[in-house]
Amino acid sequence: MSTAVAEAPLAAKGDPRISPRAHARHIGALVRRNLLWIRQDPESMFDAVLMPVIFTLLFVYVFGGSIGQSLGGGQDRYVQYVVPGLMAMTAMNIATAVGTGFNEDFQKGVMDRFRTLPIGQGSVLFAKIVVELMRMLVATTILMIVGVLVGFDITNWPGLFASVGLSVLFGSSLMWIFLVLGVTMKNAQSVQAMGFLVLMPLQFGSSIFSPTRTMPGWLQNFTDYNPLSALADTTRGLMVGGPVTHSLWVTLAWTAGLTLVMAPIAIHKFRTKS
Amino acid sequence: MGAGTLMGMTRIDKNPDSGARSAVSVRGLVKHYGETKALDGVDLDVREGTVLGVLGPNGAGKTTLVRILSTLITPDAGQATVAGYNVLTQPRQLRRVIGLTGQYASVDEKLPGWENLYMIGRLLDLPRKDARRRADELLERFSLTEAAKRPASTYSGGMRRRLDLAASMIGHPSVLYLDEPTTGLDPRTRNEVWKEVKRMVADGATVLLTTQYMEEAEQLASELTVIDRGKVIASGRIDELKARVGGRTLRIRPVDPLELRPLASLFDELGLTGLAASVVDTETGTVLVPILSDEQLTAVVGAVTARGITIGSISTELPSLDEVFLSLTGHKASAPQDAAPTRAYEEVSA
Repeated sequence: MSTAVAEAPLAAKGDPRISPRAHARHIGALVRRNLLWIRQDPESMFDAVLMPVIFTLLFVYVFGGSIGQSLGGGQDRYVQYVVPGLMAMTAMNIATAVGTGFNEDFQKGVMDRFRTLPIGQGSVLFAKIVVELMRMLVATTILMIVGVLVGFDITNWPGLFASVGLSVLFGSSLMWIFLVLGVTMKNAQSVQAMGFLVLMPLQFGSSIFSPTRTMPGWLQNFTDYNPLSALADTTRGLMVGGPVTHSLWVTLAWTAGLTLVMAPIAIHKFRTKS
Repeated sequence: MGAGTLMGMTRIDKNPDSGARSAVSVRGLVKHYGETKALDGVDLDVREGTVLGVLGPNGAGKTTLVRILSTLITPDAGQATVAGYNVLTQPRQLRRVIGLTGQYASVDEKLPGWENLYMIGRLLDLPRKDARRRADELLERFSLTEAAKRPASTYSGGMRRRLDLAASMIGHPSVLYLDEPTTGLDPRTRNEVWKEVKRMVADGATVLLTTQYMEEAEQLASELTVIDRGKVIASGRIDELKARVGGRTLRIRPVDPLELRPLASLFDELGLTGLAASVVDTETGTVLVPILSDEQLTAVVGAVTARGITIGSISTELPSLDEVFLSLTGHKASAPQDAAPTRAYEEVSA
């Protein structure tokens, strides 16, 4: 057989670089895909819509009275304490969902199609993150509405917006972890189970739902290093007042660290998955 | 038309592709999965504008080959270029010129057909307007316009496969991989897919087709590479491969059925037939003469003419691809046996 090889076509076609505009276009097309999914299957928004409602009502009315007392007030006092914390929790919860969704997506042939298209190999992941951030914003908005309805006082609007921004930023860095799980684990159930295992201790072993000073020393060590505590302390400080600087830096450090470590791993795993 | 034409048509071209350029060129490709040698040193070429059939049973390494050539996995050793681009060092350029239709339809089932095509158009950097137009155009071409707005999950198997083919065509790829494009489809749907593939080839696409159906290779491919357990065991033109495996059978129908037996005994008397004796098939009114060479063929036809027997029709038959596979590998291909036996005649009326 002939071994002659066809010459590469047009030079323009041969340029392997992808311009920032092209990246944006690709991510846009993939975001549209995910949004169409939601339109096709509105139930997939249940978690984003209902979780903030249920958690707010549960915590405020079940624990509000007694924890509020220990804070030197009542349920009203607890509302001011827990709503900023729930914002951190929401970011974490939505971030977990990205792994499950992505894993299911991977079981299908369409991923092979994406991976044989001349697009940046991170685009599929970035699009997923963009959509989850949108869901996070929806969840956070609902959280604030319910929060106000149960008595949360918004005293500091810039602080509120800064908190939302920070939660979303931190949430996006968490998503990379769950994307790695989503790509590497065999099925969506395992991803969900794994997510739950990570989620529960981090959420409850933190300052989200109650102050940590009554916890035993070893647990306080854990909560002190728990990034969710840092995030919750920061949102609380920004929204209702209190020290912010230290916890803000800790949160930002975690955000940067997680993204820098996990994003390349996720993209690499995605690209080399066979 | 006479015997000369017949000879010409059955002549085996020893070097059919001299000078043609390869759109796909594979050298010494190796991919191991633990102990399993999915590919164990595969060489092959697909000439520009042709269809190469890669035939082999399940697990022969066909899909691994396609996945390497479409940059989904990397080989352990060996080289491969597609349209001049190296699969290892130029994956992005390569992705721009290929289209892939897998055994499992790679479309987004939750999205409507139109949205699937539009999305891929945008991912291939078509401006919005062009992406829209291309989606409309391809849905029309693949008779999916009616179903454009329905989620692909509501499509039948054949519709999904057609949508998948349409998706592969959006970027006008110069090289198309069809990985078992009709596996699991019913015969009618299979014919639809074949029709579309033939059209793509007529439009100038180079196609690498993997299949485990002999009939499919014969329908679509001009050349064939037979692989088994990760190794190429034969390659060449389809008729050439068949000729290599076994002799041909000459089928002669005299106008007068009473001439059947005299004809048969004539051939045997003259010792003109191959290894086996000639056979009379009364049902079709033909004599079957096994022959080994073109010279024998000429002698048989000459003897018939000398006897003054009028011939109604004359044809040569090649062995079926099932037989080809069996004699090349020593075992049967694992394709289901429901496919009709393949036929390849070059028929000439006298």
